Amino acid sequence: MRREPVLNTLILLALLAVPLAAQALDEPFLVTLATKAAILALAGVGLNLALGLGGMVSFGHAAFFGIGGYAMAVLAAPVQAYEPLMTWPMDLPGTKSMPAIWLAAMAAGALAALVIGALSLRTGGVYFIMITLAFAQMLYYFAVSWPAYGGEDGISIYVRNGFPGLDTLNPLQFFGLCLGVLLLALGAMHLIARSRFGLALDGARQNPDRVAALGLRPARLKLIAFVISGAVTALAGALFADLNRFVSPSMLHWQTSGEIMVFVILGGAGRLFGPVAGAAIFVLLEHLLGGVSEYWKLFLGLALLGIVLFARGGLIGALAGRAVAHD
Amino acid sequence: MAGGPAPPAPPETRPLSAMLLIEQALNGLQYGIMLFLMAAGLTLVFGVMGLINLAHGSLYMLGAFACAAVAAATGSFWLGLAASLAAAAAAGALIELSVIRRLYARDHLDQVLATFALILILSEGTRWLFGSFPLYLDIPAALSGPVRLPGGIDYPLYRLALIGFGLAVAAGLFLLIGRTRLGIRIRAGEADREMIAALGVDISRLYTLVFALGAALAGLAGALVGALQSVQVGMGEPVLILAFVVIVIGGIGSINGALVGALLVGMTDTLGRALLPVAFATVLPPAEAGSVGAALASMLIYIVMAGVLVMRPGGLFGRA
Amino acid sequence: MTFKATLLAAGAALALAGSAAADPVKVGMITTLSGGGASLGIDTRDGFMLAVEAAANPDLTVVIEDDQQKPEIAVQLADKLIQSDKVDVLTGIVWSNLAMAVVPAATAQGKTYLSTNAAPSQLAGKGCNPGYFSVSYQNDNLHEAAGAYAATAGIKRAFIMAPNYPAGKDSLSGFKRFYEGEVVSEVYTQLGQTDYASEIAQIRASDADGVFIFLPGGMGISFVKQYAESGVGLPLIGPAFSFDQSILQAMGDAAVGVLNGANWSPDLDTAANATFVEGFRAAYGRLPSVYAAYGYDTANLLLSAMAKAPVSDTEAFRAALKEADFASVRGKFSFAPSNHPIQDLYVREVVKEGDIYTNKIVGTAMTDRGNPYEDACKM
Repeated sequence: MRREPVLNTLILLALLAVPLAAQALDEPFLVTLATKAAILALAGVGLNLALGLGGMVSFGHAAFFGIGGYAMAVLAAPVQAYEPLMTWPMDLPGTKSMPAIWLAAMAAGALAALVIGALSLRTGGVYFIMITLAFAQMLYYFAVSWPAYGGEDGISIYVRNGFPGLDTLNPLQFFGLCLGVLLLALGAMHLIARSRFGLALDGARQNPDRVAALGLRPARLKLIAFVISGAVTALAGALFADLNRFVSPSMLHWQTSGEIMVFVILGGAGRLFGPVAGAAIFVLLEHLLGGVSEYWKLFLGLALLGIVLFARGGLIGALAGRAVAHD
Repeated sequence: MAGGPAPPAPPETRPLSAMLLIEQALNGLQYGIMLFLMAAGLTLVFGVMGLINLAHGSLYMLGAFACAAVAAATGSFWLGLAASLAAAAAAGALIELSVIRRLYARDHLDQVLATFALILILSEGTRWLFGSFPLYLDIPAALSGPVRLPGGIDYPLYRLALIGFGLAVAAGLFLLIGRTRLGIRIRAGEADREMIAALGVDISRLYTLVFALGAALAGLAGALVGALQSVQVGMGEPVLILAFVVIVIGGIGSINGALVGALLVGMTDTLGRALLPVAFATVLPPAEAGSVGAALASMLIYIVMAGVLVMRPGGLFGRA
Repeated sequence: MTFKATLLAAGAALALAGSAAADPVKVGMITTLSGGGASLGIDTRDGFMLAVEAAANPDLTVVIEDDQQKPEIAVQLADKLIQSDKVDVLTGIVWSNLAMAVVPAATAQGKTYLSTNAAPSQLAGKGCNPGYFSVSYQNDNLHEAAGAYAATAGIKRAFIMAPNYPAGKDSLSGFKRFYEGEVVSEVYTQLGQTDYASEIAQIRASDADGVFIFLPGGMGISFVKQYAESGVGLPLIGPAFSFDQSILQAMGDAAVGVLNGANWSPDLDTAANATFVEGFRAAYGRLPSVYAAYGYDTANLLLSAMAKAPVSDTEAFRAALKEADFASVRGKFSFAPSNHPIQDLYVREVVKEGDIYTNKIVGTAMTDRGNPYEDACKM
């Protein structure tokens, strides 16, 4: 039953092979598609920590995704307009540097997740699904009607932000950067899942009373996981904004929450590489079916339905067997 | 160019009269009752089968399309209304038999993904059948135009009829659940699923019935509201989100909760839109007050929902 | 989503004879073909392709993509069209927020963008660009037409209303720019709102004698039906978007008599328009909307430029576009220095002809109107 690591390796190789394929087929857009898949996978990796390991079904991760996107816009827009970010209480310039933007995005995402999580974790089950949705909707309507960053129109950042030593405008290098971040996040998730915190979290999901009896507080464990989850998804949001060089409230829309959830479940919730497989398949289906018919979403729906009904445990679950990850 | 720019005329904010407030309260009531029809099915299905159905909004859309198509073909809104009930119930039964029953044993995750897929299938399938242009559906002639209420308010007759009709359906639903054999089974199913199976009730038939009933209520709401709004693909999704807000506020699985939640959401939303811009106008310039007030009004029901859940994590009538 | 509409070379030989530019041109169309807003994109596409097919120019290839009305998807499609399909010209976006996401980046990469609809103020003023042409209007125009005409139509005290988003705010300021009456109340609604009972009650309680609304798509259908039902009965005026062919049939009798500002109408009396309306009806079995008219004009503008200069010579090609040497369905049509149209603006009234609801021109609101951002454009 060691098929899952093999499968994970195959998924990684497939992602790495994309640039070569793009070169061979003279389809440079494939690189952009792969970048999109990597970034959406990262958003899924964030959700997977809350959903797969922590058992918190969040229907509001678009909130963190969008916050990450807007963090990028808030920092980069002043540079574009040759204005300072703020002059009070101190002079602070904006920045076009990705590492700084990432830190800010993760901090903002973590802070939002702390507030939303602390309130939402008072409930559980379906209530949790819905209250996270409510918070995301609140942010969505706020972003639509708040004029400072374009409201519904969103805001364009015309030049992609920079990373020391890389030409981020080069699609291949930007893909590499996103893939690198994704791999780092996957590595971190692997470590978290194996750590005492991860084991306790897993325990809190399966049997909160036992964890409580050990002197740990399940609610606090879950909140920490939710905060990390929000931070990672916000990082993905910042990268997504850089991929499009554009941010708008549609990143905060409930359908975005739904799609991030689809990546995770499609690939296999709780599986390390689940979101990667899920996002890759979703992006591929969207791209391929789009060429077939005007009603391609009908076929996308049928494909999703088929997978959820007949491939239990997601794609990785179906291919690697169900016994590997915790269940 | 036709003349120069007019001097900016500052819009004045008018004081709210008691009459206007009563009219807005009626609007809130009507909105709330329509939300109840949507939410009742959703909460029933969750209460009895433990299923989250994201595709409930698609059944609402289906009802509106069936009503519009039949009304256009026969010229009768009432036949259309009957068709919306029949079509939504039939679609509900079909979906339950083919997809939903495979999901009862699954966790909420699989249910969310499968019903998310159903939204895509039903929306695009409807567009394939009916085209991309919004359909025409008008209210029946007998119910058109305004009536004068005591106190001198001119109020649309159709909206009054919706309030009456919705209350009648709600009463019927409460009777059905409280007084009939089917209702006893539904309540038993909510309390303890194994028990009713042990009592010899054909549980899979009960589930199909409950799902079809919920679908029919959604389809009915879609047809009734569709006559006032735009019958178009995607019309069910905003309503779905609102219906979720309603049942979460009320307590998931509780019909009483759905009614109270629906009225609370209807009133909050309508009065918020009416009052907040006026309230802000006392401290802000009018144009800005309108904009800020509208922004806050659109977030208001979600704030109420978060507030309720923080105070009572199981909703107002929930058991949690 | 890719529909490759490669055109038959029927009659190619005579079309090519003596042509100055045998340079193949590849056009990428990004428009909304799925979801609730699909009818607008479908009309844009159908109008555009009607002209393309009528011309049967073998040098023109069109790649059509569905943006799902999502700005992020539109950006990614623009990347795809530019990187993979290597298009020369982009067109087709319906929504301003999508245009703002796509156009600046596309023109920065040296592509030419022809707008079939959305023309936000940012792209007319400071953000104007030699590679960006709006064939439709500037966003404020149709609201200006309604505002300029409202007083003439007897509306002295207006209640004005739009959704709470940037285009909504631009709409109300566009209306107020030439309105000579008094604005008694300015209301912002929620984007995507479907129930207007609360706003209609406010209209009834106000002392307005007319109502201006900008509620595009389904929002407009909902409002107009509910407004008719309420019996308030004050005259309604708006921009053409709220009362266009694609949604009038869904509004029915409720819309009859409503005034709307426009730069085109199916009954506009030009030879090109008669050909267009007849051709569109014959090809698709319905009356065209303004979106279809803009799409048709855009394709004809493009074809006119192709006949004058090769697309590889960007400067010459853009100069050829700027001449606007084509028979617009709108009659008089020229480009201002900012590449936005100078054209007449009309007011139409919704009428019922047989079983079909459509618009008839009732007056001219403004003649040779450009746009208010022209001075800010340094180009």
